[in-house]
Formats: sequence, structure tokens, C-alpha cells
Amino acid sequence: MAALSVRDLSVRAQGLELVRDVSFEVHSGERVALIGESGSGKSLTAMAIVGLLGRGLSASGEARLGDEDLLGVSERRRCQLRGDRIALIFQDPMTALDPTMRIGRQVGEALRQHRGLSRRQAAEAAVKLLARVEIPDPARYAHSYPHQLSGGLRQRVMMAIAISCDPDVILADEPTTALDVTVQRRVLELLDRLVREEGSALLLITHDLAVVSEMCDRVVTMYGGRVVESGSVESMLTAPQHPYTDALLAASSAVSIDGASGEPLPAIAGSVPAAGQFPPGCPYRDRCPRASQQCTTMPPLEAVGDRTVACWHPVGREEPAAGITTEGTLK
Amino acid sequence: MVRFAAHRLGILVLSLVGASVLVFGALTLLPGSPAQVILGTQATPQSVHHLTVQLGLDKPLWQQYFDWLHGMVTGALGTSYVSQLPIGTQIWQALQVTGPLVLLGLVIGLVIAIPLGLFGALLQGRATGAVLGAIGQVGLAVPTFVGGTLLIIVFAVEFHVLPASGFPEWSHPGSALKSLLLPAISLGVVEGGIISRYLRTSVLDLLQSDYLRTARMKGLSMGQALRRHGLRNAMLPLVTVGGLELAGLIVGAIVVENVFTLPGIGTLLLTSVNNRDLLVAQDIVMFVSGTVLVLNLLVDLSYRLLDPRLAGRS
Repeated sequence: MAALSVRDLSVRAQGLELVRDVSFEVHSGERVALIGESGSGKSLTAMAIVGLLGRGLSASGEARLGDEDLLGVSERRRCQLRGDRIALIFQDPMTALDPTMRIGRQVGEALRQHRGLSRRQAAEAAVKLLARVEIPDPARYAHSYPHQLSGGLRQRVMMAIAISCDPDVILADEPTTALDVTVQRRVLELLDRLVREEGSALLLITHDLAVVSEMCDRVVTMYGGRVVESGSVESMLTAPQHPYTDALLAASSAVSIDGASGEPLPAIAGSVPAAGQFPPGCPYRDRCPRASQQCTTMPPLEAVGDRTVACWHPVGREEPAAGITTEGTLK
Repeated sequence: MVRFAAHRLGILVLSLVGASVLVFGALTLLPGSPAQVILGTQATPQSVHHLTVQLGLDKPLWQQYFDWLHGMVTGALGTSYVSQLPIGTQIWQALQVTGPLVLLGLVIGLVIAIPLGLFGALLQGRATGAVLGAIGQVGLAVPTFVGGTLLIIVFAVEFHVLPASGFPEWSHPGSALKSLLLPAISLGVVEGGIISRYLRTSVLDLLQSDYLRTARMKGLSMGQALRRHGLRNAMLPLVTVGGLELAGLIVGAIVVENVFTLPGIGTLLLTSVNNRDLLVAQDIVMFVSGTVLVLNLLVDLSYRLLDPRLAGRS
């Protein structure tokens, strides 16, 4: 059974549908990458799953953690599950920790909350957790305040908080984006190891396709608040079918060539529209080189083997006649 | 921390010296000779001159300044030209009115500000929140002499529940407290309005903070997260504002005491200025400035204790 199963998740704000009908599953021990440009709805999806959407945002649909629907249970129950069975690592470790509380107490807090540990037990557990996330001299750092730690160390602290109650599911929202390039890799390696040791399911939100190919099993591409493609890492990164995934890959692989060929860096034409400004039909059609008249109606998310793709004109497939689906079942 | 405290203490002493020069200079430059005022317009030039010498006002200014400073430091404040009463005793008696008035005003201000600011922020975007914000704004906009007069009309003139003016001795604590209630409310409403605005902003920042979200992610309920992580962080700006506003309250008390004719520091100050009672006026202004400076020092020091980001630096 899937550790986390998201069904038809939508997020609305003042009549705007920012995330629409997002569905995916993450199994125990599986790592799923959620990719897409900023503004495609990845973070909102994660925040909706844990029930921490900001003021004025509301979510509908289903997010099953085991056999409980996180969106359906009471807030009281959600608090019991949050931090215990599902945890989220935020993007910016510089502001995610309470500046007036010692690190040790912040790390032990979830254990006190969910496991009823005493202050002393929690303090001891916190030092062990800090050691597990490879913080040197954990006993000393447990007595430090956040401002005394570097960004990389703070993100390790966030990871220690996330794994403190052995969660079934860990969501990591661009955990290295705010960090120096030099420490990004080591933080990711640590995340990789922790998830393996815990046997947790991981949903990794990221821009970095190199990380996706190294760490993850499956990829979900989001654009304009929708899932446009999903599949295994090998098939998605070698043979993307949605033109948007294709463009993301082209823009990403160009970085290693660093312009030595003399050609301009490939970039995705245009920019992500503001929320609510996406065109009707396929949200990507304004920027898509393959768009046609047909794209003014939204293509269904169509499953072919382990792949799903929502596109009338997928890359690398013979142009099928309009409206006729190839083998596989419609979802 | 010790180094920082010593440094700030040094600044305090310098500020006090600066303030004393300003106070002495400003009041000495007031037109009209004290001796002339005391003796009245009918006095002969000889008797005016005689009194001027007696008061020591014929000495050079710098010597008058140092005499005054010496008196302040040793506690020998001398005697008023006008009332012939010891100045120290006069100020002490006035303080027994103004001190409790200011404290009561601060308490009332906080009682108004904390629910107004807190719920105003928590209910932001809803009608109740907007109303709470508006109430704070009104409290802030109405001057104390208008608010005070309104309170007198309602509670003293119409309903006869509280006295409109005057102050009995503290030997009757019940009626003494009663006389302070209306003035303290008119002081507190304004302070409450100001503090609630700061509190509201501070809570709004807090609600959007990432660390509060982290606390919620750990499974804390909103109430728990606010108590454990919010309180201390929201208090930081409040301590600054509270300290500064306490100084504002002392100044506001001068106006309110006149509306309610309370024999406090403010009334004493106004009387002494009107009577050219220079020594008393100087001592009071100096005392108030000193209090404000000491309050600022305490705010700085407590800020250091509350915020670990500042604790390590000097």
C-alpha cells in the first residue's frame, strides 16, 4: 500500500485554482521527485498535504497517509500525525528555526509532543539526533542558538527535527536551494542516507534534475498547478514525453556544457505566468513549440505503462490522430 | 553582557550631564527675575536686589550651575523661593500621586492593548479584526484632555460614581485609588491604542514567520505554537515600545493631572514655572529626564536578555 496517496488535490484562493486535481502516490521506501519551475504549484501541494496552507488558501481532495485522509481528519488528529508520521523539511533553514530557543529544545520538541518524553529525555534524544545528522560536537550545538549555526548546519537541524519521530513520509521542499553550492551535495547525501535508514517514503521537491537522477525512483512533473507527466526516473529523464519535461531537461543538461559549444544556453521560452493567468486548456500551450488548436482543450492525463502524460502531442511518439488514445487505459 | 552594561551606563551618565546643561540653560533664559516675581510689582529695586543676592542669583551662571548640580548629587535640593518648603519633600509628595497614576495607566493600557492587538491580528481579514483595529485607532487619536473631560462628564457629573478632581491623602487608600482611576483610564486609553498597534504588527509578523510554521509542522497546535514560540518573539518589539511608552506616560501625566487637578509632578511643574520657581522647575525636569534615560537603559538591557542574537555582542 502506498505510504502517501494524493487524489485530486486542489488548492484554491479567492476563486483561483492554484493547484488542480493533482494525484500521485509515494510508496514506503520510494523516492518521488516533484519537479517544475517556481510557480507551478509544487510547494503549495506539499503544504496542502500537511495542512499548513497560509491564510486564505483552501484545499480539497484527498491525501491519504496510510489509511487516514489528512484533508478529512480533524485538525486535532492532523496535529497528532504531523511531525510524527509525516514531516516536512522547509526550503529556507535561515528563518525556519525559532531565533530565541536553543537548538536542542527545538529538536526534542516533536518527541516531547508525540512521545511524551521528559525534558531531560528529550534533551538527550536531541543530542543523538544531532549526531545522526552529522553535526560535529552535537552536545555543544544543542546549547547553541540558531544564529550561531551556518545555513548547512541549520538545514541538518531541520532534518533532525523531521526524522525525530521516525515518520512514514518525509516531504522535502527544495531542501538545498537556499544553501551554498558547496554544501548542497553533502546535505543531499545525508538526506539520502536518512531516508534509507528510516525506510521512509520521500517526496523531494527540486529543480535539480541531476539530484533527481541520482536519488529518486520516480518523477512527477507539475506545470500550472497540474501534474503534466509522471513516470520512472530512467524513462522520464531519457525519453520525456511532455514537451515541458523535455524543455526542463534541455535547460538543465545545458549547464554542464557551459556554453563551450558557442551556442546560446537553451532556455524555456517565455516565463511562468502569475497564478490564475494560465491559458485555458493545456496550461503550457503558450510556451509550447508543439501547441496546436487542439491544445485549447485540456488533454487528459493518459497512462501508458508506468508513464502518465497529459499532452495532445507528446514528444517521441508518432503524432496520433486527435482524440484517439494509444494503448493503455485512460485515467 | 557586563561590558555592554558598563558601556551603556557610561552613555547614561553623559546623557544625564547633557540633559542637566540643557535644563539649566533653558530655565535660566526664561525672562523675568525670580526676585521680582516673588516680591511683586510694588517692590523697591533695593529689596529686589537684596533678595537676588540672598537667592544666590547674582553669582556667575557656571557657579549657579555647579551649586545646583552639587545639590542634586548630595540630595540637598534646597528650599523653594516661593513656598519656602523644602523641594525634596514637595517632589516626594507629588511623586506619591504621579507614580501610582503612571503605573495604573500602564496597567490599564496593557489590559486594553493585549486583547486588542492580539485578537486584531488573529482575526485579521474578518469584520471583528477590523473593528478591533479601529478601536485601537480611536483610542490613539483622542487626546487625553478630551478623553479625560468626557470621562469626567460621564462618570463624575452624570453618574456620580467617581470623583471629578482632587486627591485625598493615601491614608484613605480606597478613595485615593478612586480619584486616580479616571485619570489613569484617560492615560491608559491612549497608551493602549499605541501599544495595540505595535502588538498587532508584531503578531502579524509572527503569524507569517517560518519558525511558527516549523513549530506547527512538529505537530504543535496553533495555541501551543503561539505560546512556546510566539510569546518570546512577539515580546521583543513590545519591550522596546513599552519602555518608550512608559516615558510617554510620565509626560502625559502632566496634562492629565491638570485636567483632574491632581497634586502630582505635573501640577507642581506648571505651578513652579508660573511662579518663576526656577529651582523646583529645574529639579522636576531633571528628575523626569533622568527617569526617561534610566528607562531606556533598562529597555536596552532587557532586550539583550530576551534576544540571544544580541547577547553575545558588546
